[in-house]
Amino acid sequence: MHISLLAWRGFRYGKWALVLGLVSIALYLSQGGSAAQPPNGGTWQGYVLGTIGALLIVWLSVLGVRKRRYSSTLGTVQGWTSAHVYLGAVLLVVATLHSAAQVGWNVHTLAYALMCAVIFSGFYGLYVYIHLPGRLAANNAGKDRDAWLEELGELDSTIRDTVEACDAELQAMALSALDLTALGGSSWRQLTARDHSRIILPGQSKPVGNAEQGVIVKALSERIPDARKQSQAEVLNELLALFGRRRVILNLLRREIRLRGLIRVWLFVHIPLTVALLVALLIHIFSVFIYW
Amino acid sequence: MSKRYHIAVVGAGPAGLSAAGRAAHYDREAGASEPSYILLEGFNTFAKTIQKYQKGKHVMDEPGFLDLRSEVGFTAGKREEILGVWEEALAAGINIRYDSEVVGIEGEKGNFRLKLGSGDAVEAEHIVFSIGTQGNPRALGVPGDAESDFVRYTLDDPEDFKGETIVVIGAGDAAIENAIALSDYNKVYIVNRRNEFSRAKDGNLNAVLAAINDKNRPFYCRYESGVARLEMPAAPGAAGAIVLNTPSGEERIECHRIIARLGTVPPRKFVESCGIVITSDNPEAVPDVDRHYQSNVPGLYIIGALGGYPLIKQAMNQGYDVVEFIHGKDTKPADYPLLQDQFSGLPYVMDAEDVLDLYQQRVPMFRRMNPLAFRELIIESRIIVSLPPAELARAPQGGERSTAFVAAGEPLYRHGEFSTTFYTLVEGEVQLQLEQDGPWHTIKPGQFFGEMSLISGRPRQGDAVVSQDAILIETPRRIMVKLMNSNKEVSSGIDRVFIMRALQAAFRPQLSLAELGDIAGRVETCQFKAGQVLFSEGEEGDCLHLIRSGTVMLTRGGANLVVNQNHSGELVGQMALMGAPRRRDTATAAVRTETILIRRPEFLALVGSQPDHVATLQGRLSDVLRKSNRMASQPQAARAIGFLMGEGLGEATNALVIDETLCVGCDNCEKACAETHNGISRLDREAGASLAGLHVPISCRHCELPHCMKDCPPDAIRRSANGEVFISDSCIGCGNCETNCPYNAIKLSYAAPKKPGLLSWLLLGSGSGPGEPEHFTPSAAAKDAGKKAVKCDACMGRKGGPACVRACPTGAAVRLSPEQFGELVEGH
Ligand SMILES: Cc1cc2nc3c(=O)[nH]c(=O)nc-3n(C[C@H](O)[C@H](O)[C@H](O)COP(=O)(O)OP(=O)(O)OC[C@H]3O[C@@H](n4cnc5c(N)ncnc54)[C@H](O)[C@@H]3O)c2cc1C
Ligand code: HEM
Ligand code: SF4
Ligand code: SF4
Repeated sequence: MHISLLAWRGFRYGKWALVLGLVSIALYLSQGGSAAQPPNGGTWQGYVLGTIGALLIVWLSVLGVRKRRYSSTLGTVQGWTSAHVYLGAVLLVVATLHSAAQVGWNVHTLAYALMCAVIFSGFYGLYVYIHLPGRLAANNAGKDRDAWLEELGELDSTIRDTVEACDAELQAMALSALDLTALGGSSWRQLTARDHSRIILPGQSKPVGNAEQGVIVKALSERIPDARKQSQAEVLNELLALFGRRRVILNLLRREIRLRGLIRVWLFVHIPLTVALLVALLIHIFSVFIYW
Repeated sequence: MSKRYHIAVVGAGPAGLSAAGRAAHYDREAGASEPSYILLEGFNTFAKTIQKYQKGKHVMDEPGFLDLRSEVGFTAGKREEILGVWEEALAAGINIRYDSEVVGIEGEKGNFRLKLGSGDAVEAEHIVFSIGTQGNPRALGVPGDAESDFVRYTLDDPEDFKGETIVVIGAGDAAIENAIALSDYNKVYIVNRRNEFSRAKDGNLNAVLAAINDKNRPFYCRYESGVARLEMPAAPGAAGAIVLNTPSGEERIECHRIIARLGTVPPRKFVESCGIVITSDNPEAVPDVDRHYQSNVPGLYIIGALGGYPLIKQAMNQGYDVVEFIHGKDTKPADYPLLQDQFSGLPYVMDAEDVLDLYQQRVPMFRRMNPLAFRELIIESRIIVSLPPAELARAPQGGERSTAFVAAGEPLYRHGEFSTTFYTLVEGEVQLQLEQDGPWHTIKPGQFFGEMSLISGRPRQGDAVVSQDAILIETPRRIMVKLMNSNKEVSSGIDRVFIMRALQAAFRPQLSLAELGDIAGRVETCQFKAGQVLFSEGEEGDCLHLIRSGTVMLTRGGANLVVNQNHSGELVGQMALMGAPRRRDTATAAVRTETILIRRPEFLALVGSQPDHVATLQGRLSDVLRKSNRMASQPQAARAIGFLMGEGLGEATNALVIDETLCVGCDNCEKACAETHNGISRLDREAGASLAGLHVPISCRHCELPHCMKDCPPDAIRRSANGEVFISDSCIGCGNCETNCPYNAIKLSYAAPKKPGLLSWLLLGSGSGPGEPEHFTPSAAAKDAGKKAVKCDACMGRKGGPACVRACPTGAAVRLSPEQFGELVEGH
């Protein structure tokens, strides 16, 4: 029922790509290769490979348009994406053969390099698309982000209520731990998922790090043996359990934010580079026709 | 006692206003100095139901095909405008008396006494009941509980009150919502008769508990408490007090206001106490009236919503007509031209009223029906005439509501089509199959068919082919359901035939109709709520179930391991009668389900008459066993099916299921939905439950028997032949469907503003890009048109199928029917 984009229609475009790759190699090998005309874009085979490559690049870019033509009946977006990854991959072969590995500091090589960057970012994206959704689903355990945030909110208000039974010092510390919890933040923090939570220790004004709720958990566990009344120990134990649960949810949310970010962030490389590539490709083609 | 009125109209809603308006017209004509009628309204202003619509609501004047006939004006428009028009009509001279709830009626035609809540009484010769169906709020039941500034039974806007102490009485959703909203600016006590809030929706339950526990919110609860007495404020605006009976004795709370939300008392009890008979116990049943709206109590007439007509225009027309009838005028009702149009293509010339009488006599089941109900049935139905194919082209092309022509010898419907209408044959013949490629049965005039889909909501089984010169009545499901709810004779007539045909389809017995009818009389019809068990694993069984409607799942070795699911028309538990009495599985209703329970003697009589068919039954049984066995060996898959059933997908016909291990959360599906549906997405991808990589987002599942269709006043929710459930333009935005859909699949929304084209967004960055904007301000025109219900229509009529599925880059989103669940989970 659910078919991954690689296996779409029995790997139809994988097979196409394979054929295209083989044809390209055959074309390349059929070039005679003399000193006057080395096997590059200048032979008729080179022209053919170049044209195929350029058309492929344009077509690959059109995915961005097709994806948003919601009424289009021209295939499905999944079919397009399946073709996109296979034909995008084989483009590496086509274009490399077209260039015949003649590189230099010029606009032609720039176009080639940009293309490679787009393609490799695409490979990374594909990897991410295939592997991360499953990890995300496992991480979220059947609840969505809002549901987890809601549970976190409830947990926090329970902590606020419970801590009222404690001395002012602990109360201030626990409340600062809640208030100074860091979740999300800049793109970098989202992607690294490092815990930048802080806490204000008694008698101090500058917050210190409280990663993994470690400081408050430590403070609580140190006080439990000292508690004079049983009721006090119970409250502390309860708080310890609550902060423990809090750590679990915070971690889960951080991982969720990170995974979601990773699934998306590569497109911010892939798409701008595509635009740059299109420009470079245009210049490459113009300059070839003008200067050759 | 001063004066006896000619007519007393009870209830000043649209129906009552219109009746009073017509009565006033007669008075003017007669030059009467004193009004001959009185309009009694229980509330302190007129048209309570409409007053309670949300502010600025756009009120629709459906049905469009019917003309208004009333002295009082009404066209579609804002609630305030309509109320304004009625207010003017009242001011122009209608004898209305407010705060006069009628609580009892004595006497008979010509000499009625209407007792009022205040203790007064009014005398009248005729009574018109137009009290609607909304009911009146349940009172506190202590002295001083009449609606006042201090004691209120409704709350329009919580922000009207600030800095007060307010006591809210009640534990239902309305009480909770009001209390929480009020506690933003006031000190609030909520008084609950019980020790928990068990009647509330989950969301409200959590909210009220959170509010009670929230130390920063001035919100307090008194459990197991009732109202002992009230101390009225000394002066308007001053504080009064309420005394509560609490488990620890009396408690006095000083307060500025009391808001009682104790639910409403449905009018049925009151209506019955006036001697009016409602034959069926069904809560939706309506009292019977004759062609002149007269109930079984002579001189007492019933019109409007109470009589089963849920729209304003109908109510107003009836108000006019009923006064005509009381004045002895046999006016043709406003719908007479509609009838004429419907009968225009019949092969004989006859007055429409006579055709109506004739047809009612032709069909035994309808013969004893009340003529008004039959009239409504015909008005809402389509009259179909079959012609030889050659003549079809020459048949007159009437409008949507005139006679429809079909080709003789062609199917009226085909196997697998989603239609739930009910056919009654008046003349000619119909050849009918009960299952695909099954044997043909002949239907004769006076008989009916189509009851299978009517009852189960499943697609048609087998074809129906119409002969030459046949005349049929095709009635929509909604009208039949209404009729079956209020008319026992019709419901048991249809039921009996349903059972006989279901048995015929399942067992193909070679029995005479009398023998079959005898068996049909002996089997039992059972109803199960979702989650109720039909039989349990390990039990000894002596019966089988034939499913009438709904879905039954078979679990083995613990809940949630679902090894099979069965739908209407299928057998469950037949093993017990075919060799192995010990139940191997537990059978549970996945959704609300009805079955026909068949015991051994009836089973033997059925299969004994047709030994050939036993082999077929055995073959089907071994298929089922093979399937269950395969499922049982894959606990993962079985659990996944259990999850889907738990999400209510047992009653789905077409549900969106997302594979979480493929979904990258790009929301292209939602965007595609919005882009193809006027800018509003009908699906919420992220919301909804998930298990083991399967996610059921919030989106319409196109239920077999859509809950949303139930109380739609203009009948705007329809099902296409391909099965899509959709909302037509006649939606009046009343919100009933939103409330009735258990899956949150419907929302009310203003029309979204138009967006710039895709390229100008891609290249110039104008507009908010594809998809539903997070917030938008509706245009003035959209605001004027009001909110409408929107839901998924499964991209009906769009080439290529659902846009959400087609837009998903990773193949995570698929739409499927329950038959495909097996395949779905096995791949996982
Ligand atoms: C939210 C909502 C939206 C709707 N939108 C539309 C729409 O857009 N278009 C449309 O055509 N229909 C709409 N309807 C349906 C429409 O409101 C009803 O069909 C219509 O009000 C019925 O009129 P009625 O006169 O029969 O009863 P009601 O309007 O219910 O009037 C009954 C009156 O009787 C009074 N009363 C009750 N009991 C007593 C008693 N014992 N003694 C004295 N008086 C009594 C009540 O106070 C009330 O004023 C909507 C309904 C709802 C709930
Ligand atoms: C020069 C070559 C390529 C170009 C010009 C190109 C261009 C694009 C463009 C324009 C998009 C649309 C992004 C959007 O609008 O959201 C896209 C998406 C994508 N590309 Fe490429 N691409 C190339 C190569 C590749 C390769 C080689 C792969 C993988 C093997 C790849 C994988 C993807 C994937 C997975 C998407 C996301 C699809 C989606 O979410 O809709 N691309 N690419
Ligand atoms: S809107 Fe709700 S009730 Fe109606 S068909 Fe869809 S899921 Fe079922
Ligand atoms: S379009 Fe597909 S991948 Fe994107 S959110 Fe919807 S289901 Fe997930």
